[in-house]
Amino acid sequence: MFRKLTFTAAAVLAMTAVQVSAAEIETEIEDFAFSFEGPFGSFDQMQLQRGLQVYTEICASCHGLELVAFRTLHQEGGPALPEDQMRAYAEFYEVFDQSLLGGEGDFRTATPADKFPGSALSNAPDLSLMAKARAGFHGPAGTGISQFVNGMGGAEYIASLLAGYAEEPECALEGEPMDGYYNVAFAPGGFPESCIDEHGHRMVPGSWIGMPQPLYGDDVEYADGHSTELDHVSQDVSAFLMWTAEPKMMARKQAGLTGVIFLTLLSVLLYLTNKRIWAPHKKKH
Amino acid sequence: MAGIPHDHYEPKSNGEKWLNARLPIVGLLYDTLMLPTPKNLNWMWIWGIVLTFTLVLQIATGVVLVMHYTPHVDMAFNSVEHIMRDVNGGHMIRYFHTNGASLFFVAVYAHMFRSLYYGSYKAPREVTWIIGMLMYLMMMGTAFMGYVLPWGQMSFHGTAVITGLFGAIPFIGESIQTWLLGASAVGQPALNRFFSLHYLLPFVLLGLTIVHIWAFHTTGNNNPTGVEVRRTSKEDAAKDTLPFWPYFVIKDLFALAVILAIFMAVVGFMPNYLGHPDNYIPANPLATPSHIVPEWYFLPFYAILRAFTADVWVVQLVNFISFGIIDAKFFGVLAMFGAIAVMALAPWLDTSSVRSARYRPMLKWWFALLVVDFIVLMWVGAMPTTGIYPYISLIAATYWFGYFLVILPLLGVIEKPLTPPATIEDDFNAHYAPTADGKAAAAPAE
Repeated sequence: MFRKLTFTAAAVLAMTAVQVSAAEIETEIEDFAFSFEGPFGSFDQMQLQRGLQVYTEICASCHGLELVAFRTLHQEGGPALPEDQMRAYAEFYEVFDQSLLGGEGDFRTATPADKFPGSALSNAPDLSLMAKARAGFHGPAGTGISQFVNGMGGAEYIASLLAGYAEEPECALEGEPMDGYYNVAFAPGGFPESCIDEHGHRMVPGSWIGMPQPLYGDDVEYADGHSTELDHVSQDVSAFLMWTAEPKMMARKQAGLTGVIFLTLLSVLLYLTNKRIWAPHKKKH
Repeated sequence: MAGIPHDHYEPKSNGEKWLNARLPIVGLLYDTLMLPTPKNLNWMWIWGIVLTFTLVLQIATGVVLVMHYTPHVDMAFNSVEHIMRDVNGGHMIRYFHTNGASLFFVAVYAHMFRSLYYGSYKAPREVTWIIGMLMYLMMMGTAFMGYVLPWGQMSFHGTAVITGLFGAIPFIGESIQTWLLGASAVGQPALNRFFSLHYLLPFVLLGLTIVHIWAFHTTGNNNPTGVEVRRTSKEDAAKDTLPFWPYFVIKDLFALAVILAIFMAVVGFMPNYLGHPDNYIPANPLATPSHIVPEWYFLPFYAILRAFTADVWVVQLVNFISFGIIDAKFFGVLAMFGAIAVMALAPWLDTSSVRSARYRPMLKWWFALLVVDFIVLMWVGAMPTTGIYPYISLIAATYWFGYFLVILPLLGVIEKPLTPPATIEDDFNAHYAPTADGKAAAAPAE
């Protein structure tokens, strides 16, 4: 009986473990197949380098990455730029150094030990942890099971958001003009009264976001000749932001796998030991 | 030492005799390790080892984390990211620690429900049970304060909500809240004292663990039959028991290894699954998250807290009788702590003469319902307070109290329990052939 209960408990626990958002605002988050998903998934080094390019050429004009040090671009399990390229990349930036000019501080060329600058615009959030600070899925029915299977979906959320700009729906044109831009993947933004039906339900997914559409497709030119369609560019930069949020992911999964194998082996040995020492006392009928 | 009769440590060499005359520590360790343990213990008796291990794991990882953490409102969040990015192995240590809290609660809930099913809380083990309840409260406090330390959005606003509960206490609530926070709102003083207590309480917990073990080593372990080990003679006791080492140590270590393999998979492959994405956003007092939810292990009691709203007649009645002193908010707080208090009182609320639910045909089903109820509470605690959810939480919260305050006392009177086996040996032999000197196998107990 206890065993049955334990199984039920475990199953339901898995369902309740991830909490759901209160107001179920419908959004369109696409479940992209990223290379880093699942226990054996790993970052695609070329994709991270492309994402770094997109970040540098487009995102960085407003957003920052203040938790990410330039030196980490060279590290294994990331974009892994060659050292000279990483140094050259760092020199491209200027950082403020408080120790210069006798404590007054001044700008100087960045070194590998420095971190990316913070956001240039005060209302543009820092992107270092964005891929972990957002969840892409809650379903089905708010149970969070999809997160168990697909991961938290932070990268999916970012990619969907970047590709989620759409024509304003007709219902929005009836009322007051909205601030911002209509995006089908964005939940917490403004929403026009005219798009809410008599039952209080929203007639269209998403909401209005303050950020203008940053990517349209063909915004960058990749050296490796990879497609620059909107979907691809969004996924590349999302993968890069997953890495900035979780730079040690590859090492972690490696450690996890080693640990699971080692502990499984240990379990088998302990199981056999246990069976053996109990054998004289547990003779079957 | 009182307890089950067994062989005690006899110092043999001169060195051992010398030490034993001055400090009988080897004897203490010997008696602890060789404790006669009922040989019919099943796999629900492994959680104690898991809990002890987890406590040590949390202390060990925690001590390292403290070396790199900065308890300052402007630096705490970034210092955690420093651990994740720059400290050697820091990301693993932190993920062990955060997920270790979840492992701790999985184990403690399994441990508690095992006690409730097999009647481990009943005489003479009430003190063990009460100490366990104190440890559970302390664990919850420690886990809560630990969640505050990364100083993310959920840390900050969760603290505001939880300390706000104390503000609901009539007359003195606001003063208590200010005293807890060290200020009128969540800020630097709160972070500092939570950091201090988060470091202190695990060591108190460690002390209580020793007392908890001491208590049940005095009474002896309970077991699935709830029948006591025979203490009439050393020989009789030996028929019911086997020494803790090596039989139960190896068994427990095997179970621990299996659980740790699963734990390792969670840490390695999905370390953020049990967390909340909002806590990767630095705390911002001006932006409240749309939906503040506690960690999963608090959800059942959080659901009870929210279940008693102002439109429930009991709340209105109490409000009327107390001249409005006990409002809905304070009632909720009383209910939440009351839910743990009634559990702590189980030894005195349970009137049955039979200990184990294995031989209690009615309790079995009420207990199963209690487990379902607990899971429902956990689920509904994460749900919004609109639609059908408030009704579900009210029904589930009512059953929780009903189980302890009505069913446990009543079943002892109306239930006809089955007859447990006369001895543990009989139970064991019903499953396994008797040993050379044992009696013939008795009829199966189940």
